[in-house]
Amino acid sequence: MHITQGQFSFLPALTDEQIKRQVKWALDHEWAVSVEYTDDPHPRNTYWEMHGHPMFDLRDPAGVMEEITACRLAFPSHYIRVMAFDSSEGWETPRMSFIVNRPDHEPGFRVERQEGPGRSLRYTVRSYAVERPEGQRY
Amino acid sequence: MTLLTLICRGPTAALHGADRRDGDEGGKHMARQLNPKARYTPGVIPYKQMGYWEPDYDVKDTDVVAVFRITPQAGVDPEEAAAAVAGESSTATWTVVWTDRLTNCELYRAKAFQVDPVPGNPEQFFAFIAYDLELFEPGSIANLTASIIGNVFGFKAVKALRLEDMRFPVAYLKTFSGPPTGIVVERERLDKFGRPLLGATTKPKLGLSGRNYGRVVYEALRGGLDFVKDDENINSQSFMHWRDRFLYCMEAVNRASAATGEVKGHYLNVTAGTMEQMYERAEFAKELGSVIVMIDLVVGYTAIQSMANWCRRNDMILHLHRAGHGTYTRQKSHGVAFRVIAKWMRMAGVDHIHAGTVVGKLEGDPHMIKGIYDTCREIRTPRNLETGLFFDQDWASLNKVMPVASGGIHAGQMHQLLTYLGDDTVLQFGGGTIGHPRGIAAGAQANRVALEAMVLARNEGRDIWHEGPAILDQAARWCTPLRQALEVWKDITFDYASTDTPDFVVQETVSA
Repeated sequence: MHITQGQFSFLPALTDEQIKRQVKWALDHEWAVSVEYTDDPHPRNTYWEMHGHPMFDLRDPAGVMEEITACRLAFPSHYIRVMAFDSSEGWETPRMSFIVNRPDHEPGFRVERQEGPGRSLRYTVRSYAVERPEGQRY
Repeated sequence: MTLLTLICRGPTAALHGADRRDGDEGGKHMARQLNPKARYTPGVIPYKQMGYWEPDYDVKDTDVVAVFRITPQAGVDPEEAAAAVAGESSTATWTVVWTDRLTNCELYRAKAFQVDPVPGNPEQFFAFIAYDLELFEPGSIANLTASIIGNVFGFKAVKALRLEDMRFPVAYLKTFSGPPTGIVVERERLDKFGRPLLGATTKPKLGLSGRNYGRVVYEALRGGLDFVKDDENINSQSFMHWRDRFLYCMEAVNRASAATGEVKGHYLNVTAGTMEQMYERAEFAKELGSVIVMIDLVVGYTAIQSMANWCRRNDMILHLHRAGHGTYTRQKSHGVAFRVIAKWMRMAGVDHIHAGTVVGKLEGDPHMIKGIYDTCREIRTPRNLETGLFFDQDWASLNKVMPVASGGIHAGQMHQLLTYLGDDTVLQFGGGTIGHPRGIAAGAQANRVALEAMVLARNEGRDIWHEGPAILDQAARWCTPLRQALEVWKDITFDYASTDTPDFVVQETVSA
């Protein structure tokens, strides 16, 4: 399986040059770029680990690329995403999110169904990888 | 040197009380002001003389202001027609009543304060009318509309009447809760940023059993869409009971979520014959874990506000299908412009609203659609006659509504859709997903690839308006479903003249 979170997951994996151009787009809009990683890519896992704070004062895409490279070196088999935070009025929320690193093998998720009255079902989406402890999953 | 000047005067001058007082204190003013005894003598007098025409009225920041397009009957003075509209949408009846004198009647009278000819149409006039805040119950679209469009549209003295736009004071907007979720929180809940969302309406919209219907939902979501949608007239018919639909759709949503690792949704239409049934259906959607429910505009303003409250209590996104609106929004001479409906719906509190595609099969002039999208998404909308917005409007921090583009759109138009509509919209490809020659999932994949490729290219600084087809062709080289979609629909356009277009004139003037 291939997790399709983020805004470019249906495209071939982005090259560093492509990533850099997206980072530039974010910086041109004065959004703060941050790098986050996880080995629990559940669709509702909002809080991936922060590889440092959002880089509020960094205006050079090359600097962001260094952070991405450092994160990849530290977590080569984790999911890593680049996010861009917009602090302007009416937004104050991420404006971009895309995956820049993923494990070679993605076991994916299963659906668990708990049968209830009236044919109703309670669904749980469970990650195969997360059955192992953190840090040993991919 | 050539300058471009707008000759439709618009209300700005009037709203600031400028330029109408000089030289006009004579005839009109005197004709208007009868002494109290004459004013309240039983009988019929012109609306202008009853106090509904006040060209020197200083519009207050706390007034609700409306602009109507009036087509008076032959021989009816436009100012009298405007006064009549003001009267009939506020306190007046056809004859003098002494009981006015028991009230502070000047306050309650709406005041027509400006009449402008419609450029290029000698029969029609824009009439600007101010209503005191006191006239409206807090937080009730039903009350607002009962005044503004209650009786007056059938009034004999006008041949036709259209509510073109409204301005609401911030104090009044603050009495409405607005969209329960809003664009920002919707995206945070869905964990989807940086691109338009993708949807599709299940087709055929009538006749599928629950089991077959859920298959369409599953294939489309697994293939790459974020949302699938019930259509407006899918409620609970003999071929598919609503509970059956909800159960199969949520099976599809959860299966697709596991298959992709993404949050997925299906707009479960809870429209029903009574509020009790709507609540029952919404509760069931909640129990099954749906992130979104849907209603049709035809349920009525009060039901919409009630459902907005329910959604706010239950962390649910509220999708509104604008079923029925074309009966009164489309023709320019009579009805209510859709931008006004969009304003009312932002106040009533919906998270999604169908707002036009520009390029698809349904009505939509690019400028008018921009005015409607701005109304949904901006925190302040300045006056812009080109996009049909007559007034500056501060949205008083009401959440933003996600506009939905649906009807006759396909992957080959992605560069146009992204250029016209921007990122914060749901692009709904119904036929453009389900009609794909290699199946529904392939159709969904084609749309998602086209979208992501276009966003990527735009962010890289490419000129997608001109390079769009080349960008799509390039992606189609490695994505077979996109290539097939482009082959099937490449020449499909809906190129008809719009009926609802802005009425202002750009006049060339030569200056020294």
